[in-house]
Amino acid sequence: MKSILFRLTAGVASAALLAGAAQADTLRLLTWGGYAPDNVIAKFEEETGHKVEVTMSNNEEMIAKLRATGGGGFDLAQPSQDRIEGPQKEFGIYKPLDMSQIKTELFTPSMLEATKKNSTVDGEIYAVPHIWGTSGLIVNTAEADGVKDYTDLCDPSLEGKVSYRLKRPTLIGFAFSMGLDPFEAYGDEAAYTEIMEQVEQKLIECKPVVKTYWSGGDELLNLVRSGEVVAAMAWDTGGWKLNSDNADINFVAPTSGALGWIDTFVLPAKGKSDQAAYDYINFVMQPEIAAMITESAGNFTASKGADEFASDELKAQYQGSFPAEAVDNIKWYPPVPAGLEAIEGGILDRVKAAQ
Amino acid sequence: MAASARLGFILLLMPLLLWLTLLIIIPHVDMLMLSLRERVGVGEYETSIANYKTVLTEPLYMRTFMRTAVMSILATLITLLIAFPVSYYIAKMVRGRARSVLFLLCLIPFWVSELVRTFGWMILLRETGVISQFLQWSGLVSGPVEMLYNDAAIMTGLVYTSMLFMVVPLVTTLDSLDDAVIEAGYDLGGSGWSVMREIVIPHAVPGIVSGCIVVFMLSLGNYLTPTMLGGKDSLWFTEMIYSQFIVRFNWELGAAFGFMLLFASSFIIWAMLRLTGQTLERTMG
Repeated sequence: MKSILFRLTAGVASAALLAGAAQADTLRLLTWGGYAPDNVIAKFEEETGHKVEVTMSNNEEMIAKLRATGGGGFDLAQPSQDRIEGPQKEFGIYKPLDMSQIKTELFTPSMLEATKKNSTVDGEIYAVPHIWGTSGLIVNTAEADGVKDYTDLCDPSLEGKVSYRLKRPTLIGFAFSMGLDPFEAYGDEAAYTEIMEQVEQKLIECKPVVKTYWSGGDELLNLVRSGEVVAAMAWDTGGWKLNSDNADINFVAPTSGALGWIDTFVLPAKGKSDQAAYDYINFVMQPEIAAMITESAGNFTASKGADEFASDELKAQYQGSFPAEAVDNIKWYPPVPAGLEAIEGGILDRVKAAQ
Repeated sequence: MAASARLGFILLLMPLLLWLTLLIIIPHVDMLMLSLRERVGVGEYETSIANYKTVLTEPLYMRTFMRTAVMSILATLITLLIAFPVSYYIAKMVRGRARSVLFLLCLIPFWVSELVRTFGWMILLRETGVISQFLQWSGLVSGPVEMLYNDAAIMTGLVYTSMLFMVVPLVTTLDSLDDAVIEAGYDLGGSGWSVMREIVIPHAVPGIVSGCIVVFMLSLGNYLTPTMLGGKDSLWFTEMIYSQFIVRFNWELGAAFGFMLLFASSFIIWAMLRLTGQTLERTMG
């Protein structure tokens, strides 16, 4: 009995050691679907000798995963820039970047500065930008030409043909569309609650028009492609993807402004191979590699000069959706202060429950 | 000798004890502590019962809670009503090969994952789906029909998902009923209904109760089916737990929800056992 137990412990211990050794140059990457396409990973592994394990996720899940392990389990993560300051202050799940390890000349300067500013906590920089994009409206112009802004999704003539997510971008978008400024009220919980309560009223009033609240990107694309939904709130890339199949459908920047996000690179607090993480950041920010990622994700990157490599179709679709004034009108998400999610959560739950 | 037997017993018990403590007791204690914590500021917490107060005072949460419980009970009853004749047919009416084939047919849908099965229902029920197009083609309806995103769709999905877990215990218990007993019932002048009521059902009660417990637990804890088939009105308690933990970063309230669910399911099962006069040992053993 004793010897079995002994062997068992010895086995577990050596397995743990082996696992520890193997992780030395394995990059465990926590990212979004499409951000780490196979051809880019293969090239990176070939050039640097690091191995990459990709886990796909979204903002909330990334933070929940890192929070559950205190920032362990991954070496590089890609949350949006508005989700860095709050979670870092509250849960301490990231570690500061060593900017000397990052080739900053590869980045578009304005975007790098903005992200650095938004992700600075106690004087330390926590993030650099990677991919940016917007959310706005996907409209089937043949059937719902009148949809120009978020609140147009409440038009009773579209009953049963509208879909949006029941998440914070919807609350923010509707607030702007109703002439309110939620970003202005970020620091003031009472004012923010008041704005959100007005949005709640509006969303409950609009509920009969909605077919369903979508939750996954593919689900929405299917709904629009099949013609069951003619107007929706979604990401620009989804609209452009549909536009390639059906010219009537396109992404429309709402008159109150599309909502802009930047997904970043951050180091989780207990990441084990920082070197591989820095190598990866410097690798994917090279213009040719960034263009490969744009091809796969559909969104543009913060890499300087990568736009030249983007496909003409994507460039044309981008220009179609974003005339110059629409670009200036993009509302970039400021960092979300800790605690706002609880207010929004209550609102979203009540909208969902409303009859 | 006695000492070594004792040691052997302890060692044999070890895996079970480790399993229970590491995977069930410790996480639950952790959850309990979490649910008794209140966020008072950035990174600051205090012990309080505020989360449970929120659950009990916010009408929305209680309504979702009750709705989930009632719909799960209803799903269990419907599953029982459908599964009983099926099981009776498999256990008592057919013999030999046909019987294995029928049993296998019940099993086959469970070879694919729940996600795929639920997608199957979405393909059937959606506005541009199979049923809607068939109805239009046959001229029974003039325009597309939306059958997805309502309570009936959720119920269909729940019943379908849990059917097997009702059929298996029922077939097993019905199988153990001697055919001679049923014949004797008829010989003594019983009608089909009275034989069913006085002989078959009383014999099958342990199977019915254990099937009901499993199906009820599965429905109550189901996440995929209500979310995917229910659409904009799918209020389900597990979905709320998920969103508190993952979307809202509010683990404290999520943990309180989790405990409410644990209490509710324990209470409903206890009440079910009391009502039917069964004990856990008899139904599970």
